[in-house]
Amino acid sequence: MAGLEAAGRLSMSGFEVSLLEKENKTGGHLNNWHKLFPDRRSSSEVMEYLEKISQSDVIKVHTKTTIEKLSKNKNRFSIITNNGKELLADAIIVATGFDIFKSARKEEYGYGIYDNVITSADLEDMFRKDKISLMNGNTPKTIGIVHCVGSRDEKVGNLYCSKLCCVTAVKQAIEIRELIADSKVFCFYMDMRMGGAYYEELYREAQETYGVNFIRGKVSEAGVTIDNRLVVKVEDTLAGRPLKMELDMLVLMAGMEMSEGGKKFAGISGLKTGENKFFDASDHHFGSNKSNEKGIFYAGTCTAPMNITETISHARAAVAEVLDYLNDRSE
Amino acid sequence: MNIEGKKAIWKDYQKEIADDKFFYVRSCVRQNFFPGSETAFLKIMRDELKKDVYEHPCHTTCTGIGYHSDIVPVETTMTVVARQFALMTEAGYENLLPSCITSFGLYTEILDTWHHFPEVEAKVREQLRKATGREFVKPKNLAHASDVIYKFRKEIAAKAKFKLINKNTGEPLKVVDHIGCHYSKMFPSKGVGGAEYPYVLTGMVEEWGGQIIDYPERRHCCGFGFRQFLVQANRGFSVACSKEKFESMKPFKPDMIITNCPGCPMFLDRWQYVINEMEGKRYGQNGEGIPVFTYEEVAGLVLGYHPWELGLQMHQTDCEPVLDKMGIEYSGEDKYNLELGREYSKGHKFINV
Amino acid sequence: MEKFGFTVSKGRQIDYDANDRSIAEYIFDREPSFRLCIECGGCSATCTTGNFTRFSLREFNILIKRGENEMVRDKIKRCMLCGKCTLVCPRGVNTRNIVFLAKEAFKKSNDYAI
Repeated sequence: MAGLEAAGRLSMSGFEVSLLEKENKTGGHLNNWHKLFPDRRSSSEVMEYLEKISQSDVIKVHTKTTIEKLSKNKNRFSIITNNGKELLADAIIVATGFDIFKSARKEEYGYGIYDNVITSADLEDMFRKDKISLMNGNTPKTIGIVHCVGSRDEKVGNLYCSKLCCVTAVKQAIEIRELIADSKVFCFYMDMRMGGAYYEELYREAQETYGVNFIRGKVSEAGVTIDNRLVVKVEDTLAGRPLKMELDMLVLMAGMEMSEGGKKFAGISGLKTGENKFFDASDHHFGSNKSNEKGIFYAGTCTAPMNITETISHARAAVAEVLDYLNDRSE
Repeated sequence: MNIEGKKAIWKDYQKEIADDKFFYVRSCVRQNFFPGSETAFLKIMRDELKKDVYEHPCHTTCTGIGYHSDIVPVETTMTVVARQFALMTEAGYENLLPSCITSFGLYTEILDTWHHFPEVEAKVREQLRKATGREFVKPKNLAHASDVIYKFRKEIAAKAKFKLINKNTGEPLKVVDHIGCHYSKMFPSKGVGGAEYPYVLTGMVEEWGGQIIDYPERRHCCGFGFRQFLVQANRGFSVACSKEKFESMKPFKPDMIITNCPGCPMFLDRWQYVINEMEGKRYGQNGEGIPVFTYEEVAGLVLGYHPWELGLQMHQTDCEPVLDKMGIEYSGEDKYNLELGREYSKGHKFINV
Repeated sequence: MEKFGFTVSKGRQIDYDANDRSIAEYIFDREPSFRLCIECGGCSATCTTGNFTRFSLREFNILIKRGENEMVRDKIKRCMLCGKCTLVCPRGVNTRNIVFLAKEAFKKSNDYAI
């Protein structure tokens, strides 16, 4: 997404852009989402906006392309792609995005082992098909949502908060309640992080209008009963006692991690990554698009978890940095 | 249930298990609870697999039971463990083979402590030298006896006279595997299969024809602990732990339970009697209990050893239902006939054949 | 039966599926703002009764929602109905009405099933 926005803005300033995309179409994760928080507008509207803005003769999109080698000669970068092509550039914007945490790494939740344990991404797929169903085809009635899977977790090496999962959980809880009228939804959270505009209001709406239940406590384990229903153990911290309940389906809010493509590019380019494994910008406050390499800039979630609004703003800021750099105004 | 998911996890947690030349250290109390187990293990290792398993006559308890009950201070425990290592070094062995799961957990914990705090190791060396004049070298390999049986499970399967299959229906026996807490919960990487879905007993059971059951309270402790039951008034907590496991596994109708710890089978076996006395509940089919075995007993049964020679008559919950299902012949009258038991032991040397 | 010198300990897990949540349903139907509670504890912090007895409206709200009614049944009467809790609540929950309705529900459940 950041790539499309930056490409569009650069083209409007009169630059030629080569957009290198490793999949066979652009748009990244936005292709997989259904409705977006906080107002649940359709993701296709954002996709249309991005496609329109990046529609230009001076933007060349190279799909299924990755970078094998990067070198710099005076002020020009030379990029060798996996197709053997060489591209020359005066500046580079890195918009490699994020990967979703692989939930099978949290063994205790049984993703990939027990039926009906799915991730938030799997659930979005079900929303796109307008139908939520269990492995055996039935409709689930009791659904649990586990926050902080792969984030804020020392055991998997990700100490940071992925920022967006809490509001995604609330949004998905509402969508489940809309799709299945007599469903009961339980969100198991450590903290409710509703930091963006209208997020807290969405949380209130989930409780008030949709009757979503929120239980503060981390789910320790999931197992299956003889009827193949899931049973979870969670400490109801606010009641001060452990709680056990049976569920039809468990949704894991998988966090955001540095993308594999980004890691590979960091390896060949010498760009620094931080403790959270994302790209390390040169300054947190006023240099979040700058890298440790002159002429290479960052846009979007390759630097940290961000929502769509922030990604698009960050991409526009990256373009401003590129313009500065090319006009020799930046240090 | 998707077994592929579990297999991916099992691949991540593999560990080095030595091949031969083991220094065997016995359990303090296992020979009392399940007399045939350690003997069967040695018989399998020495006679069937032709391995070198050495027992030093001077080796002692590892004091894990005292350490976990707050009776023995940790410095003393470490020095006693160091003495065990010294005996092993003196006998010329490098592969430590504890029989007890708590011992295994203790040795792993102490080696890990010494790894992170070398000054503690230096102090223990000095203490041992002052107390006994002994020196030691840390073991190159530390594997629990169940790890070794797991490693040679295929060899045992090749010699099997009986399989874990119900001979009346042809179906694999439904087995609950219960792993001792000290095996992998503290150091998941030191257990085969990790902490969430341990594979050491699952591998054995699957190789020998049985089928493992996954039930919600699989991870729950049996309640042995040490401090929970040493004081009589606290035993209610231990019983409640085992009871929770039984209630959870009952709907799956298991035929038997296999364990790899000294305390777990003791509790899972004896508490079924206590719960029956107190509440009248039984957890097996047809009003029976669920027989509990150690893995050596199961290996022995699979290899065709006689049940009464394995000491199965000492179990509180009768094992006959499983013996019948497997098709093992035994005589009910001979069950407590010591003559038969003595027959096996006559002329059989136990130490260092 | 032999006397063993101990009894089997009772589990203290909240068994969500086995619990009876009719009291909670009664309150939800009559006071929709009950749904807004996030258990922040502002009410308990200012509570007059909570200052001197083991009365925590936050705790009771949760226990009712989970169906642990027996722990709340008698203690809920201690509320003085002073209304300080309603002043504090950041979500706008009508806490006083919740106490009224809870007492009503408990009384009714003693007389007949609701």
